[in-house]
Amino acid sequence: MADAHAHTDHSGASHGSVGSYLTGFVISVLLTVAAFGIVMAHSFSPSGTIAAIAILAAVQVVVHLVFFLHMNTSSEQRWNVMAFAFTVLTVFVLVVGTLFIMHDTSINMMSR
Amino acid sequence: MAHDMTADAAHAHDEHHESPVVFGFWLYLMTDCIIFGTLFAVFSVLRNQFAGGPTGKDVFELGGVGIETAILLLSSITYGFGMISAHQNKLGALRGWLGITFLLGLGFLFMEIREFSHMIAEGNGPDRSAFLSAFFTLVGTHGLHVTCGLLWMAVLIVQTGGQTVLSERMTNKLTCLSLFWHFLDIVWICVFTFVYLMSVI
Repeated sequence: MADAHAHTDHSGASHGSVGSYLTGFVISVLLTVAAFGIVMAHSFSPSGTIAAIAILAAVQVVVHLVFFLHMNTSSEQRWNVMAFAFTVLTVFVLVVGTLFIMHDTSINMMSR
Repeated sequence: MAHDMTADAAHAHDEHHESPVVFGFWLYLMTDCIIFGTLFAVFSVLRNQFAGGPTGKDVFELGGVGIETAILLLSSITYGFGMISAHQNKLGALRGWLGITFLLGLGFLFMEIREFSHMIAEGNGPDRSAFLSAFFTLVGTHGLHVTCGLLWMAVLIVQTGGQTVLSERMTNKLTCLSLFWHFLDIVWICVFTFVYLMSVI
């Protein structure tokens, strides 16, 4: 019974288990070390390095969301995920829109 | 046995049903996300406006940033272990993990303040260039969030002190701070990638 209880606690509920935290931690460490390593080793071209560490960061954010913030596709999490999706869209519009407008402005003002 | 099974099923059902308090806090975090999105946009626009001052390459030390990253990542997992203890009603272990997390957070803050005061002492404060203004605003806002998280954590360590069984209200508070703390770690991933690493390429 103790085992069964532990099982319920560890697999079903949304607060994670020692195993899932350790999995997330190990993946995060690997991604972080990879990002620092790529930059310090100067192994790629500058634009290649930027693309590589941006992708590593995006993957690590997803790893944190899944393993630490316990985001999933279950029905209990639906509104959390929808609010998050809307926020991602908002931030995307905000950041890309800002960069686009300011880049355009600086070209027209010939400040660069 | 049969009774235990029902109790477990009910217990599991309770845990699956998320409290509106936690959902409300989640919505707050989403608005916080937009604040940081704005600050990242500002930093991206101003990242090359050095005004003849130092560039990121001159002022950032990747070694220190690496240690800060390691501390924050470690504090995320120790808080997670604390939450597991909380759900098993092991309050001693919970306070132990919260204490370790608190010390790690304090270490992070100490390193950040040392970095800031070092830069300001060298004349590279937020008033030096638009790049440094944007840097101090973005990283300072994150540091301010960590400070608030630490104060909150200290309060929760004290509040759980007198209890033998965690009330639902206390579990909700711990869950909210856990979301907040993990969220700060996510923001830090973006900080070390887009601020520190991209500035030294």
